[in-house]
Amino acid sequence: MSTTPAPTHVAVVAVAGDATAAPTARQVALRRLLRLRWGLAAAAVMLLIVASAILAPWLTPHDPLHVNIRHRLAPPAWMAGGALDHPLGTDQVGRDLLARMIYGGRVSLVVGVAAVLLASSIGVLLGLGAGYFGGRLDWTIMTLVNIVLTFPFVLLALAVIAVLGPSLVNMIIVLGVAGWPIYARVIRAETLALRDRDFVVAGRALGMGHGRIIFRQIFPNLLSAVVVIATLQVAQVIILESFLSFLGLGIKPPTPAWGNMLGEGRLYMLNSWWIATFPGMAIFVATLAINLMGNALRDWLDPHLKL
Amino acid sequence: MRRYVVRQLTQFVVVVIGISLLAFGILHVLGDPVLLLLPQNAGKDEFERYHKLLGLDQPLYVQYWKFASKAVQGDFGKSWYADTPAFRLVLERMPPTIYLTLAGLVVALVISLPLGILSALKRHSWIDTFCTAVAVAGQAMPLFWLGIMLIIIFSVRLRLLPASGYGTFQHFLMPAFCLGAALAPITMRLVRSGVIEAMNMEFIKTARAKGVPERNVVIKHAFRNACIPVITVLGLQFGQLLGGAIITETVFAWPGVATLTVESIRNQDFPVVQCAVVLLALVIVSVNLIVDLAVGVIDPRIRAGT
Repeated sequence: MSTTPAPTHVAVVAVAGDATAAPTARQVALRRLLRLRWGLAAAAVMLLIVASAILAPWLTPHDPLHVNIRHRLAPPAWMAGGALDHPLGTDQVGRDLLARMIYGGRVSLVVGVAAVLLASSIGVLLGLGAGYFGGRLDWTIMTLVNIVLTFPFVLLALAVIAVLGPSLVNMIIVLGVAGWPIYARVIRAETLALRDRDFVVAGRALGMGHGRIIFRQIFPNLLSAVVVIATLQVAQVIILESFLSFLGLGIKPPTPAWGNMLGEGRLYMLNSWWIATFPGMAIFVATLAINLMGNALRDWLDPHLKL
Repeated sequence: MRRYVVRQLTQFVVVVIGISLLAFGILHVLGDPVLLLLPQNAGKDEFERYHKLLGLDQPLYVQYWKFASKAVQGDFGKSWYADTPAFRLVLERMPPTIYLTLAGLVVALVISLPLGILSALKRHSWIDTFCTAVAVAGQAMPLFWLGIMLIIIFSVRLRLLPASGYGTFQHFLMPAFCLGAALAPITMRLVRSGVIEAMNMEFIKTARAKGVPERNVVIKHAFRNACIPVITVLGLQFGQLLGGAIITETVFAWPGVATLTVESIRNQDFPVVQCAVVLLALVIVSVNLIVDLAVGVIDPRIRAGT
C-alpha cells in the first residue's frame, strides 16, 4: 500500500510548482522549525509527566489508595463544595483524584515503553530477516504481517486477554506481540533498498558474516526510522492500555491507572463529571505530546519516512 | 487483469487460513480450554476426563482440522453460557455493528472531504493550519473518553440525546459522530495531500488551458484523481474503523458484536469469543479484497505494478 504513490509525482511537483501553490524554501524552513519547536514543547510536557510519575510520592501528600468515605465525591477546588486539600476532587470512595492521576501515569508509561520495546525487537528482527534473506522467509514473514494487520489491534488484544486473563505483564505481552508488524514492514522495505548498496557489497567481499553485515552495516542506517515509529507507537499503546483497563480487562482497581479511573468514573458521570473527565484528559495530553514529539523527530531524523 | 485477480484471491485464502490458525491457536496453544471450564479445585482425573471429552488429547493438527472443517460450515460450537450456537449469537449482533461502522464512515467523509479539499486549495492559509491542528489533536483523542464527554454534555447536562441504546435516529447521533471523528483526521490528511498532488499534474494545466471553469477543474479533474489513494487507504483502514466501532460500542452500550465479545470474555464464554473474532476478521478481509479488486478495475497502473 505504501508503494502506490509513483515517484514521478515528486518530480512533477518540483518542476510544475508555480509561485502560487508551492511554498518557497524559506517557508519550508520556517514550517520545519515551527514543527520542531512544537516538538520541543511537547517533549517538555512529556518530561513533566515522566518526572511526576517517578516523583509521585514527593509530589502529593495523599496516598492514592487511601479511602475516606466521608469525603467521597468531593468536587474540584474551584467549584462550590470543593476544598484546596483535594485540587481535582475525590472519587466514589473519597480517594484524592490528583494523587491517583499522578500515580496512574506510572502504569501507562511502563506499559507503553515495555510493550513498544517488545514490539520493536520482534518487528526489527523479522523485518531485517525478511529484507536481507528474501525468498521463502520473506514470504512467510510478510504473510504473517498481513494476517496480524488484518485484525484490529483491539480485537487481537481482547482475544488474547480473554485466554491469558488480565494482568500488567499479560497486557505488555499482548500489546507488544500485536504491535510488531509495522516495524517489520518498514524495516523490510528499507533493508531491501540497502542490501545491494556498495558498502554492503564491500562488506561481503571483505568476508563479513551475515550477522555482522545485518547488525553492523545495515541496522545502524535504520535506527532513526525505528526511533520514530517507536515514539508514535507509545501513544497508541497508551490509548489501548487505557481502553483495556477501562473495560476492566487491564489493570484491576484499586491500583490507579488512567483507564480504570475513567471506567469507574463512568458509573458516576451523572453527578460527578470530574472522575471521568480528568483521567481522560491525562490520556489525551500524554498522547498528544508523544505524537507531536514523534512528528518532530521524523522531520528531524528521517523526513522521507512513510508510515 | 486475470493475474491480478488470481494473486489477490490467493492472498485472501492464505490470510483467511492464517486467521483461523490464529483464532484456534489463541485458545489451544496459549491457554487450556479445560482450565477455563472447570473450577480451580478440580482434581487431576477430572481434568483428563474433560480433555478426552473435548478431544483435547488428540494431536493439535487433528484438533485444528476438526475446528476448521466445522467452522467452514458455520459451526463454532455451543456457547458455554447461553446454550445456543455461538454462530447464531454472533450473527444476530452483526447488523448493529455494520450500521454503526457505515454511519461512522459517512460522518468521517462528511467532515473530511470538504475540509481536506479546502485546505489543499488554500494551502498554508489559516484554514489549512487550523484544520491540521484539529487533525493532530483529533488523532490523540481517546475515542472512549470522547464518547463519555459527549454523554456528559448531551445526555446528562443538556438532556438532548439518549446516553445509550439502539433503535432510533437519535441513538445513532453520538456513536456515529464519535466514530467518525476518530477516522476523520487521517481521511482529511489523505484527501488534502491527494488533491495537492493532483492539482500539480499536467492534465490540470490542460483543463485550465482549455478554459474549464476552476470549480470543474477542482471537482471533476483534481478530486476524482485524488479519490483513488483515499479509497485504497480507507479500505485498508476498514479494520481500524471496525476496531473503533468496537470501542464505541462498549461506551454507548450498543448491542453489536463488540459488546457481545466483551460480555463473553467476562463470562469466559470462549466459543462465542472465537466465533466473533473469526467473523469480524472475515468481514475485514473481504472488504479489503473488494477494495483491492475495485481499485484494480479503476486504475490499470495498480494491477500492472508490484
